[in-house]
Amino acid sequence: MARKILTEHINVPGIETFEVYRKQGGYAAVEKAIKTMSSEEVVEEAKKSGIRGRGGAGFPMGMKWGFLAKPEGVPRYLVCNADESEPGTFKDHHLMKSIPHLLIEGMIVSSYALGANKSFIYVRGELMYVIRILEKAIEEAKANGFLGKNILGSGYDLELVVQPGGGAYICGEETALLESLEGKRGNPRNKPPFPAVKGLYQSPTVVNNVESIANMPWVINNGGDAYAAIGIGRSTGTKLISASGHIQKPGVYEIELGLSVDEFLNSDEYCGGIRKGHYLKALVAGGSSVPILPAHLITKTAAGEDRLMSYESLSDGGFATGTMLGSGGFIVFDETACIVRNTWNFSRFYHHESCGQCSPCREGTGWMEKVLHRIEHGHGSLHDIDLLVDVAKKIEGNTICPLGDAAAWPIASAIRHFREEFEWHINSPKEATQPGAVFMGAVLA
Amino acid sequence: MEEVKPQLIKITFDGIEVEVEPGTTIMQAARKIAEADESQGHLVPPAMCYYKPLPTSGGKCRACLVRVAAGSAKDPRPMPKLVPSCITQVQEGMIVENTTNPAVLDTRKSIVEFLLINHPLDCPVCDQAGECHLQDFSFEHGSVKTRYEEDRRTFDKIDIGPFVQLHMTRCILCYRCVYTADQITDKRVHGVMNRGDASEISTYIEKAIDNDFSGNVIDVCPVGALTDKTYRFKSRVWFSKPEDAHCDCDKCSGKVTLWYRGDEVIRVTARKNMWGEVNEFICNKCRFERKKTSDWVIEGPTKVKRSSVISANKYRKDLIAKPDFALKLAATQFKPIDDEREYTTDSETIRHQSIENNDKANHRSLLTDNRN
Repeated sequence: MARKILTEHINVPGIETFEVYRKQGGYAAVEKAIKTMSSEEVVEEAKKSGIRGRGGAGFPMGMKWGFLAKPEGVPRYLVCNADESEPGTFKDHHLMKSIPHLLIEGMIVSSYALGANKSFIYVRGELMYVIRILEKAIEEAKANGFLGKNILGSGYDLELVVQPGGGAYICGEETALLESLEGKRGNPRNKPPFPAVKGLYQSPTVVNNVESIANMPWVINNGGDAYAAIGIGRSTGTKLISASGHIQKPGVYEIELGLSVDEFLNSDEYCGGIRKGHYLKALVAGGSSVPILPAHLITKTAAGEDRLMSYESLSDGGFATGTMLGSGGFIVFDETACIVRNTWNFSRFYHHESCGQCSPCREGTGWMEKVLHRIEHGHGSLHDIDLLVDVAKKIEGNTICPLGDAAAWPIASAIRHFREEFEWHINSPKEATQPGAVFMGAVLA
Repeated sequence: MEEVKPQLIKITFDGIEVEVEPGTTIMQAARKIAEADESQGHLVPPAMCYYKPLPTSGGKCRACLVRVAAGSAKDPRPMPKLVPSCITQVQEGMIVENTTNPAVLDTRKSIVEFLLINHPLDCPVCDQAGECHLQDFSFEHGSVKTRYEEDRRTFDKIDIGPFVQLHMTRCILCYRCVYTADQITDKRVHGVMNRGDASEISTYIEKAIDNDFSGNVIDVCPVGALTDKTYRFKSRVWFSKPEDAHCDCDKCSGKVTLWYRGDEVIRVTARKNMWGEVNEFICNKCRFERKKTSDWVIEGPTKVKRSSVISANKYRKDLIAKPDFALKLAATQFKPIDDEREYTTDSETIRHQSIENNDKANHRSLLTDNRN
């Protein structure tokens, strides 16, 4: 059995209640941090652990905490980003509904480290039942003296607020999340200034993913160095992967970073292999925003090495032959999946979710969606493919927030690796638009 | 106490060194160059959403993206992405490339394309034509061709009050009117509804915009999305003659531009500076009600750039007297149009092409009707 940090006790009956969680060693990190450590020491442990942001960008969390400005007399805020809405990613949802106290404990420790007296958990609005679970957990923690005024007699106060979002994907972008939290329209802000300097209510703010924060109790209990020993290279610790698609056992799995993609995909402990009688065609490794990989680049990198589940190995070779670990939305396609239809479906999502603030993303996502719709329905022409590549290139990097990149990457990579399938849709529209039509080129290859 | 002058920051913009105060944006530094030397006006990045008199505006249209080749003297690494020059502050020793960098110009061309794909291009019936920033922007940086074959988006018409006409289809969502309502009027009732390419400027539950400074949204609008109802379809701007005038107004500065057609004042607007920005906003009474010459004290003709279409058909004396000078002037302003279309003179080919195009268009519209 591989090591578990987040999901070790997840199957204990009643773990969502305070008593059971406490019996399993819960809230020990709060006691240790608040009673024996200074806030700088907690930040130092986070830095040592080398844990990288689990929301998608993979920015080192300790470094992010280190950037937090600390002017006198200005409050600081910690905001937990639980607005998980990336297609293919459902790990935070699983964690929060099953073991809410882990997140609360992480929030207390992290807020203490940053000197925040009011912290927020911004949960996606569709997950109303999760919000109720979290609020109940907060009440329990408060009743037991782990939240509120004068925590454990240390003089440290912390109030934790759960805020439901309106259900917009864009509010998962950190500055849009802050705008939404302030009660405004969820438009991303221009950066700089970064949230670490001017965030929520123009005060220094740190925004972290649920999974990143949930790792903090373990880091405090066992030390940053112990955490850094898990994993491989600069990808330390474990990662929750939401596996879905044409596999035997879809679900949320906790893996040690550095596990090979082959083992994750085929071992019975994890995905259990592709469904019977079919074989692997493509993989989206980190949620819908990251580039798609064709079969020959999934278990081996372009250089012929084993592909590992780590930030570095998955992005090996840049976007030409690699992808990203992203938020860990592991979507597997077998040969019956139509890449063109899938790409169109993704682009429809980004078209719908663009906030409409900056021109390349507002106009470009709609344009790409319409062109892909045309190709998928058998009315495309060959120059449409180059048009898509060009439009994607013009959006990428020119927008306010990464949503433009996220809309452009899946399309650019799908054309890069599956151009023949796009051409088949254009050249043989009658066959391609049949229900359940499968591109035979992939079967023959 | 003696006032301490802040130390000036030196940056290089397209090879030209300029000294500016700390906190200045790249755009303002470029404008400083152009204000000192008018022949460098073409260096200034275009601004579709940025509006200096409205703080916090900018950063949305991405028309002003420039490349920073060196971040500062301390850290001379280039910035990884193109940055919006309107909101990026200068650092000592910064090197900025605008017109000297092909990638910047290429990106700008694509921004024009993005802004135009859903624009109705109804310039012939649009009141803004001739003073439209989008027209200028696409003329300077755009391509004459379009690669967009789909239907353009349209919106339901809404009425936002007796003075201001909203044409949402023309809007490029620069948010300037929202900032105007936020910053110079006391109650904002309009804003952006919905999201993505369905977002639209609208009032909350179709309420009329009603306050003394609401007319200023017309002046800040870079396109013809917000126009003056009292001026609609009365004239083209190049047929009218602007005169600066002022009056004693208890609500605003009273400094305006009167637009004459013959002896009749057909429109009143606030005064715009060389960047098309209004520094002194005017009230609705001056704008919509004082439409007689006797209401105003005339100061003299408004300075209009010779390249502007507003000065068309209004010849300067020296140009009439010296035709050579006019030719030289035309030669300096000549700009080849970027057009790669293939031309054919064969009438049979042209006929075939037009039939083909028609078929294609009909086919497309059938398709889009059947969508969803």
